[in-house]
Amino acid sequence: MTDSAPDTLVTDDMIERKGVWGSERVSPPISESDIRKWAIAVYWPETPPAIFWDTDYATDTRWGSIIAPPDFNPFAWPIVTPKDKPAKADKPKEKPKRRLRGMNGGQVETYGVPMRPGDVITMRNRLRDWEERDTRLGLTLFSYSEMEWHNQDGELVKRRVSTAILY
Amino acid sequence: MTINVYFEDVNVGDTIPAWSRKTDFMHWNRYAAVNDEFIPIHMDDEAGRAALNEQGAFGMGNLRYAYIVNALQDWIGDEGQIREIGCQFRAINQKNDVLTVTGKVTEKLVEDGEHRIKLDIDVVNQNGDPTCPGHAIVTIPARS
Repeated sequence: MTDSAPDTLVTDDMIERKGVWGSERVSPPISESDIRKWAIAVYWPETPPAIFWDTDYATDTRWGSIIAPPDFNPFAWPIVTPKDKPAKADKPKEKPKRRLRGMNGGQVETYGVPMRPGDVITMRNRLRDWEERDTRLGLTLFSYSEMEWHNQDGELVKRRVSTAILY
Repeated sequence: MTINVYFEDVNVGDTIPAWSRKTDFMHWNRYAAVNDEFIPIHMDDEAGRAALNEQGAFGMGNLRYAYIVNALQDWIGDEGQIREIGCQFRAINQKNDVLTVTGKVTEKLVEDGEHRIKLDIDVVNQNGDPTCPGHAIVTIPARS
């Protein structure tokens, strides 16, 4: 007996979660040392640019202070696992109609203001949208998830739209 | 304050300086340490093979993305800003691969008061395979 091809890979749960922002996560304050270590790691074995670790140098730039590389992750190494009940948008409750295979379809990140020492970043996520197409893999779902980071002043730091390919 | 490149000096078709790293556990472990990314497939050859990569452990997509950021940042300098990066992860970063970030200017425009440069980007390995094709938008200073 074989599975018949479904008409859609979209679940009721996806429809319910579409466009709904999940619960927020708040980062610890960013430190100069966090930024310096990050820059050393991604530039290894070469010395990273001074804008990421030299306060005196950074003061004379347009930024007026050390800034973090745009890919810096202030949410790494969380101390506390969120104990709040996940928002409805956080966790899908409904299993797909059949087991799906998945691929990372890539991402687009847009950047607003840079992160600086002392910043506290708030993150939120949502399932933004999707589309289904017939591909060489059969019926294929392209699911677009959106993540936003804002700083303590409410300024947009980063928006990432990730594509998951399910078939 | 150091300005690396002015808007007026950039032309469509220009390429950015290539930015390369030979990647191995020394790089991956440092990145795991700052990004809390001690995932077995990146740390352990057996785990990598269990994930159907015959050569064992493999590099993080996030680190490859960081290399794109670095290449753009080094080109535009501290007075420029990266506005957007989009890419697709097309191939695995194997141990000891030499990854090189490439970029080619596709458009210049003034938008929202910013002098913006659009580029096609990629990360190619030592065999010339494109592993991470995509695009980027950066802003750079103008003389006028």
